[in-house]
Amino acid sequence: MSMMKNFMGWIDDRYPMTKVWNEHLAQYYAPKNFNFWYFMGSLALLVLVIQIVTGVWLAMSYKPDAELAFGSVEYIMRDVEWGWLIRYLHSTGASAFFVVIYLHMFRGLMYGSYRKPRELLWIIGVIIYLAMMATAFFGYLLPWGQMSYWGAQVIVNLFSAVPVIGPDLGVWVRGDYVISDATLNRFFALHFLLPFILAALVFIHIVALHKVGSNNPDGIEIKKGPKGNRWSDSAPADGIPFHPYYTVKDIAGVAGFLFLFAAVVFFAPEMGGYFIEHPNFEPANPLKTPEHIAPVWYFTPFYAILRAVPSIAGSAFPGVVAMFASILIMFFLPWLDRSPVKSIKYKGMLYKVILWIFVLDFIMLGYLGVKPTTDLYKLMAQIGTIYYFAFFLLMPIYSKIDKTKPVPERVTE
Amino acid sequence: MKKLIVAFLLAAVPMLVMAAGGGAHLDDADIDLGDQASLQRGAKYFVNYCLSCHSAQFQRYNRMARDLGLTETEVIENLMFTTDKIGDTMKIAMTEEQGTEWFGSPPPDLSVLARARGVDWIYTYLRSFYVDEKRPFGVNNIVFPDVGMPHVLWELQGAQKAVFKLEKDAAGNDVEKFDHFEPVSEGLLSPAEYDQVARDLTAFMSYIAEPIQMERKRLGVWVLLFIAVFFVLSYLLKKEYWKDVH
Repeated sequence: MSMMKNFMGWIDDRYPMTKVWNEHLAQYYAPKNFNFWYFMGSLALLVLVIQIVTGVWLAMSYKPDAELAFGSVEYIMRDVEWGWLIRYLHSTGASAFFVVIYLHMFRGLMYGSYRKPRELLWIIGVIIYLAMMATAFFGYLLPWGQMSYWGAQVIVNLFSAVPVIGPDLGVWVRGDYVISDATLNRFFALHFLLPFILAALVFIHIVALHKVGSNNPDGIEIKKGPKGNRWSDSAPADGIPFHPYYTVKDIAGVAGFLFLFAAVVFFAPEMGGYFIEHPNFEPANPLKTPEHIAPVWYFTPFYAILRAVPSIAGSAFPGVVAMFASILIMFFLPWLDRSPVKSIKYKGMLYKVILWIFVLDFIMLGYLGVKPTTDLYKLMAQIGTIYYFAFFLLMPIYSKIDKTKPVPERVTE
Repeated sequence: MKKLIVAFLLAAVPMLVMAAGGGAHLDDADIDLGDQASLQRGAKYFVNYCLSCHSAQFQRYNRMARDLGLTETEVIENLMFTTDKIGDTMKIAMTEEQGTEWFGSPPPDLSVLARARGVDWIYTYLRSFYVDEKRPFGVNNIVFPDVGMPHVLWELQGAQKAVFKLEKDAAGNDVEKFDHFEPVSEGLLSPAEYDQVARDLTAFMSYIAEPIQMERKRLGVWVLLFIAVFFVLSYLLKKEYWKDVH
């Protein structure tokens, strides 16, 4: 024991090991009333690690070459020891990442975790989400199947729709006039780079979180409440040390998550064509357009918004603007919510109904983004798009007139 | 709160159960990958009827021997016509140029076709060739209209013609819709026997599309059991720690 102490002392004189451990785990006081939704943060971190580790191992056998890419994926699936497992962990992990992040973002939406003093925390989160989408987009080209190819074609063409500089921009992104070997090579480089930037952003996200402290399902600032708990006289009374309480709780959450995750990996890795799309088992063919091009499910709500907006003078640019606006509008959320309370628990019926319709609207847009356009679907997507933007833009009004309930002094449950 | 979570999850279900959809009606292939005899017969048909024009360039012969319960000698003597190396993959001698010249486009590699099209599609395709004098090889296919491929299995199945009926489409125009097949000449096999050939071939193609799939599911059961036990232990640990949190 004393040898361990001496060793830690030697380290601590040179690096703030114990200090960091205490500040961020053993003496980081988190509200004691976290519920199901608070598993998502640690799960997102877990999935990021899964993606980076499996990704590095995939890169050891993958070949970013238009002639070889498709075959190298099948080589991994068949001839690399456990390659199939590494590949399925990675392909399932991509979808799982978005499932977890969507639930994580929705948690923030429900409990007002973006409100003062957590505005910057939320903004960093949205930047992480953008980086994730870019990573997923670059990664989806790599198997070099038909959907990889034509999906990338459609998305890169969005940049070409920008007036004046569009066509040059498209060539700049692709490195060629069409999606080609040059594009595949650079997408591989970017797909390898971005996860490390993502990891750095996650670090910044956690630093910001630990500065302001975690929100909770009641939306009460425990730091402003009474002081003093079993561990410290100066700590918030409603706080408990993150370690060991939330570390052991999150381990149980990890087990629950891994059960579902492994069920997909081992029994339904294609997930009915949503996690790995069927046309992607056909090698990319620049001369043969698939009957129906749909992005992977996690992009489809935004794809539906893109298609819902009518072209002006033959240019799809307005749709492109709407699509990017639908994501960028999230940055402004902290200033759009004018409710006197943070958590949905104390908001009125008006806000609750509007929020849950927003959830259904997002799911509907996701569904429409998968389907080929028909007149009815287009109309539904247009209504869905209007609702999507109205949810954000009208928030200053409805969050203000909403009848809220009194917020208790201390956390409940 | 729990109700809300359930409602949220239920709302996501329609997205997941949505079928691939589109195209002609497909029959249920009803394959059994646990049936090694069926897979072995499928391998025999595949190397005899398919593997002269179509490759399966990602499937190795020795892997097939191992997975299908055959010895390497059995495979070398009975199932290998294009190579003499057991570690080779199922390649063909025909070049893309020859394929284009003879069939209009090179016959696609069949390694992962079962994953691109689905097993029901393959099963139905193999049973849906019909006589059509307008086509270069005198046959057409219901699920793959104007396909460039001749009916390679016609000897086994015999010839059949397709009977169409007129239907009105949404715009009120008459359209021909496939109704049923009628035999034109008898094949070496009865219809039921031919269906079994198609099923065996489909099973084999499903196998080569993902050779690990049976092993994956077998392993999956143990993985889930392990995680379930781990979950119970971690939950009990959590409960023990949280006893004093009020």
